[in-house]
Amino acid sequence: MRRLLKILDFTLSSLLKRKYKNFALIAVYAFTIAVLGSVLFLTQALKYEATGSLETAPDIVVQRIFAGRHDLIPVNYAETIRRLPGVKSVSSRVWGYYYDSLIKANLTFLASGSDRQTLDLLEGRLPLADDECSIGMGIQSAFGPAIGDSLALEDSAGATKTFQVVGLFRAESNLLTNDLVIFQEQTLRAFFNIDSSLATDLIVEVYNPRETKTLAKKIKYHLADTRPITRDEILHTYETLFNWRSGMMLAVATGALIAFCILAWDKATGLSAEEKREIGILKALGWETADVLTVKLWEGLVISLTSLLIGLIGAWVHVFVFGAPALTPLLKGWSVLYPDFAYTALIDIYQVFVLAMLTVGPYIACTLIPAWKTAVTDPDLVMRG
Amino acid sequence: MILHPGILALLSLSAVIFIIMLVAGWHSLKLIVYWDANSSSERQLLLERKTWLISTLLNYTLTVQIFSLLLFVFTADDIHRLFIGAMCATGSLNANLVGWLVLLVKGVLLFMASFWVVFNQLDQRTEDAPLTRLKYIGLLLMTPLFALDLYLQWRYFSGLQPEVITSCCGSLFSAEGEGVAGDLAGMPIGQAMTLFFSVAGFYLLVLLACLRTRRVIFRPLLFVASVLMFFISLGAVVAFISLYIYQMPSHHCPFDMLQANYGYIGYPMYIGLYCAALFGMLPGLAQPLRKYIGLRREIDLVERQWLLKALGGMVVFLLIACWQMIFGSFKLLGY
Repeated sequence: MRRLLKILDFTLSSLLKRKYKNFALIAVYAFTIAVLGSVLFLTQALKYEATGSLETAPDIVVQRIFAGRHDLIPVNYAETIRRLPGVKSVSSRVWGYYYDSLIKANLTFLASGSDRQTLDLLEGRLPLADDECSIGMGIQSAFGPAIGDSLALEDSAGATKTFQVVGLFRAESNLLTNDLVIFQEQTLRAFFNIDSSLATDLIVEVYNPRETKTLAKKIKYHLADTRPITRDEILHTYETLFNWRSGMMLAVATGALIAFCILAWDKATGLSAEEKREIGILKALGWETADVLTVKLWEGLVISLTSLLIGLIGAWVHVFVFGAPALTPLLKGWSVLYPDFAYTALIDIYQVFVLAMLTVGPYIACTLIPAWKTAVTDPDLVMRG
Repeated sequence: MILHPGILALLSLSAVIFIIMLVAGWHSLKLIVYWDANSSSERQLLLERKTWLISTLLNYTLTVQIFSLLLFVFTADDIHRLFIGAMCATGSLNANLVGWLVLLVKGVLLFMASFWVVFNQLDQRTEDAPLTRLKYIGLLLMTPLFALDLYLQWRYFSGLQPEVITSCCGSLFSAEGEGVAGDLAGMPIGQAMTLFFSVAGFYLLVLLACLRTRRVIFRPLLFVASVLMFFISLGAVVAFISLYIYQMPSHHCPFDMLQANYGYIGYPMYIGLYCAALFGMLPGLAQPLRKYIGLRREIDLVERQWLLKALGGMVVFLLIACWQMIFGSFKLLGY
């Protein structure tokens, strides 16, 4: 143990002797790790955000499929579903998308009361009259309509309608409500021209979460033209999507990693005459090959762990302090009214582990053969040369 | 599926190890053919230097192999969310049965690489390195296994179909399940406990005997006890230790304890078990090597440390495994 500490001590002092060379290496190494780390952290944060916001999602959403496409669902389907044992409640939702050519963004319109999501009203109230609406924070911060202002929208018949903004809200997660506008149900039906016997979809609550899948099957059995989507399915789609995106990014960044490994190999091979003489002297003084090898491996480890730490801190600052400006457009998806939210600063041990294995593993592998070449140097050969 | 970050890390690490093993294997071939300890030719000198390269490469391989096994379990655990019906690593491994083979190969490789590194260290400390040929033949035998590891991992991860509904630990490790896992889980707790504690007691007794005396007979006995103890402990984890850890009379999963909600308690427990088995087997394995005088001295020097490490590992394993049994409020016996 004492011997190991002494060797570590020697390693550190020898690293410090070649400050500039090693700092340059650490800088590049840490940068590579920071890039890879940012991808992992950001994905993790997005996954967390998505999972968190889906926690309040309905157990099952039932859509009607017509000619292979999503279609409006008859409200009386709810009766059939309600009769299935195990169903707690069924309600219909009316919602739709709206492209506003003035502000050049997509908005989501939702009828009040059709979602059980708890909305966190910041100011004002939910719409009570025909010409009222409440808007999400994102719309307010992007285009600035405040309470009392009016919103001019063009309905399905092409006629312009004006709505007064009476409320401003935010939900548990901005991810879902950022571009949301809430109307009264009959207002929205009139706006989109949806018949009162139809709804956009049905949401089903189930008493026992273990029965969700069975109930989804039963719904499909009784109502063959529907598509029940369970919350688990949505969650796992998100998981797959984010894994795929971050894996894609990592695969692209692997090029950088390989380039870095070549650099590391090169740095480790190119010994200066001074270094060679040093090792020659050490060996002449009685150091064994094993000791020199240990020093060299310690060097690699010290550089790796320092860079890993710096890289992790860099990635953390990039993602959680600055909001990952370099990666957000690639990983999050794109939209004019994209929710702007601070990522919850969470670090998963697994992510750190994966990062360490992805970077430290190959780096050390690259320094093995150069380290050996150094270690078996003949003392007399070096000193004579 | 391949593009999961953990999977990328695992596959690239396995590829790196495989390449390293190829390099090491190539040099080993030359060593096996040309090694002549009595010669002082230039070639022999070069070969002696090569032994350092190979041992460095193998040390690296072993270290990475340890981490790669941990990462594999960790990853299998992480991707369970992608499979409907999976709740832990069991579900992910069931999603493509090759996964169990990967786990097995990784486990075997871990023990083989450990033995190699330990005996190589011993051998390098002697003057004449009597094990040289044997070591490198062993290395050549290991190389295909690393290739198999890489191939199986590839097969496993590329064959995962996220839409497949897998059975989870609830159905594999339950009394109604089929095969070994089901039999283990269905074993009466009293019997399983008696078996486990008598084997663990036997192991500890032989271990203490080895610490006390230099009698040859106890070393092979400890080897047998370690192997027995290792497998019976793994069985015991499924049969009843898991029940105590989860405090649930029907939850037999050996992987759930690796998750964060159980404080990652499974990691120190399995590492303790691995140390107990590995260091328990070493004295027995080293016994035939005592015929070389140089090695005998080295073995005598380190044997005590091995035994103490084995004891330490066993204590950690038993502490974690039995803590809840003794101090927890959950009782399985007596009902």
